[in-house]
Amino acid sequence: METSFAWLEIFLNASFWVAAVRIATPLIFGTLGEVICERAGVLNLGIEGIMTLGAMAGWMAVYQGAGLWSGVLFAAACGATFGLLHAMLTVPLGLSQHVTGIGITLLATSLSSYVYRLILPEVNSPPRIQAFEPLEIPGLSSIPIIGEALFKQTPLTYFAFISVVVVAYVLYRTPVGLAVQMVGENPAAAEAQGLNVTLIRTGAIVCGSAFMAVGGAFLTMSAFNAFFFNMINGRGWICIALVVFASWRPGKALLGALLFAAFDAYQMRLQQLLGTEIPYQIFLMMPYVLSILALIVMSRRVGYPQALMIPYRKGER
Amino acid sequence: MRVEPRTRVPFVLVILAPIAAIVTSFVLCAGLVAWSGASIFEAYGLLLKGALGSGFALSETFARATPLIFTGLAAAVAFKSRFWNIGAEGQLYAGALIITVLGTGMLDLHPGIMIPILVITSAVAGALMLLGPVLLKIHFGVDEVVTTLLLNFIVLLLVSLLLEGPLKDPMGLGWPQAEPVTEAAELPRLFLGLRLHSGLLLALLFSVIMWIVSIRTTLGYEMRAVGFNQKAARFAGMPVKRVMIMTALISGGIAGIAGFSEVAGMKGNLTLDLSPGFGYTGIVVAMLAQLHPLGVIISASFVASIFVGADAMSRSAGVPSYIADVMVSVSLLCMLVSVLLVRFRIRWS
Repeated sequence: METSFAWLEIFLNASFWVAAVRIATPLIFGTLGEVICERAGVLNLGIEGIMTLGAMAGWMAVYQGAGLWSGVLFAAACGATFGLLHAMLTVPLGLSQHVTGIGITLLATSLSSYVYRLILPEVNSPPRIQAFEPLEIPGLSSIPIIGEALFKQTPLTYFAFISVVVVAYVLYRTPVGLAVQMVGENPAAAEAQGLNVTLIRTGAIVCGSAFMAVGGAFLTMSAFNAFFFNMINGRGWICIALVVFASWRPGKALLGALLFAAFDAYQMRLQQLLGTEIPYQIFLMMPYVLSILALIVMSRRVGYPQALMIPYRKGER
Repeated sequence: MRVEPRTRVPFVLVILAPIAAIVTSFVLCAGLVAWSGASIFEAYGLLLKGALGSGFALSETFARATPLIFTGLAAAVAFKSRFWNIGAEGQLYAGALIITVLGTGMLDLHPGIMIPILVITSAVAGALMLLGPVLLKIHFGVDEVVTTLLLNFIVLLLVSLLLEGPLKDPMGLGWPQAEPVTEAAELPRLFLGLRLHSGLLLALLFSVIMWIVSIRTTLGYEMRAVGFNQKAARFAGMPVKRVMIMTALISGGIAGIAGFSEVAGMKGNLTLDLSPGFGYTGIVVAMLAQLHPLGVIISASFVASIFVGADAMSRSAGVPSYIADVMVSVSLLCMLVSVLLVRFRIRWS
């Protein structure tokens, strides 16, 4: 009888909710970044590599003596640079967004490994940095469970939540956002309105890629405090699935990332509970299986940007 | 700036495109090599020597090229029909897994029967891995890129589970590795004392078969038509869905055989590091070959020589061996651009 309700008690434990929000943070950044790119009509499969690069670059900057926020900024700049490369190849040149994106991921990942190994030749255990400390919001953090989960996190997590609001506002309520939506839905019409499709798409990809890189940087600067090869471990691909799940909306992206992370945090605790009965790999598979299921369920009623994955060439019909 | 299709593409440009891309990527990566403190020419010289400089080096290079021919072919076949199979890594492991189940003692046949059976079963395992994604794409419109990518992670975890459970070698000193395949299931070595094995011949055979399929059969014609213009193919009365399923099964099957070739020819048993990303590198191989089945042989050899050469260079010149991955991915991006410049011209006005 003692353990029969243990699987339910997990939900009453504040540490579970804290973990869920922490796990969600890089996914929020990644999904948000991908939403921005895809809303402008360009699939960015560079996400996995850009997150890896962000994780390495941010960490390395701090390890070399930069401040934490400078590290985040540096990670974002690296992400933006690779976003610009992806944009140059896919927007004015109109190359296949699938293949280019995979190429960007391969390049950013291998470059991260190369640079890391160059600066830090063979070390037994990866060195750590003094990372972001949790920042308590006075008053709000004393609310039981919710307060701890939402208001006792590291600054980057708050930044993720704020970014969702800002991106949603810009996308739906400003001329810039409407222009981004328009080039993703009907670039020819946007062009006829006097908008510069190439410029707007490029801007969206650069901006989205910067968000992705910050998502990666969260892992090394707020979660693990060290850089490992393969540390992104498919999180970028999960973000691509979450974008579909979120129907390309920033608010739903936040919700999707939180739901997903709650599930992930839950399976980890369940794993400790049932550790010996079920192989741990089954639990580790769950996030990937869940992503595929989410894709299947949502695929029927999605309103994807009409010009997604279609390169726009001026004067071509 | 506008990009316009060329009315006539000179054949010289088609041949020059990959050469230009490779030269450009060597030049671009020179900066990274110099950053490590090594002399650029010395480092590239060591790379060349390490890849092609001796019989041993050549054997290593072509042994490394073998799985890349399979995965490159898998990507080329799929991409030609615009089916984005990014899951060759998972399909390779699925093939390796079934070989481990059948080849470590369950089947005990004459090698002449055993090896064809193992080739077929590994192909079936790889093909089945891709059946789900292709059906989901056709019936639900689920993007195959994401499903195939995510399946890679799932399969690798499954392999890890089985290697720590039912497939674990009791003599493996606790390492998560499977029992070695029996002698009848082994692909014979081509030269005494060298690791190059007859999987290479199998890979060459499949390249030729796929080339013949693509130019001489109805299926090959339909696969190209579906890739070129799906709407037009449907309008012309082609069974687009069936063609896509066939494409997926062939692509997954070829990637599955890579798993067989690596287990039965190269490593002898299944481990978690059987493939250092052969599935992903296959995409680069396919693009460098401009999706041509015979071109895949050349581009796989090139990519393999960079990997093998970079290992040697890393040992002697102290350049981290990750430079190989950087060079290969840079050459992919350069290749995409140079192919574009061959087919299109850029007008700046």
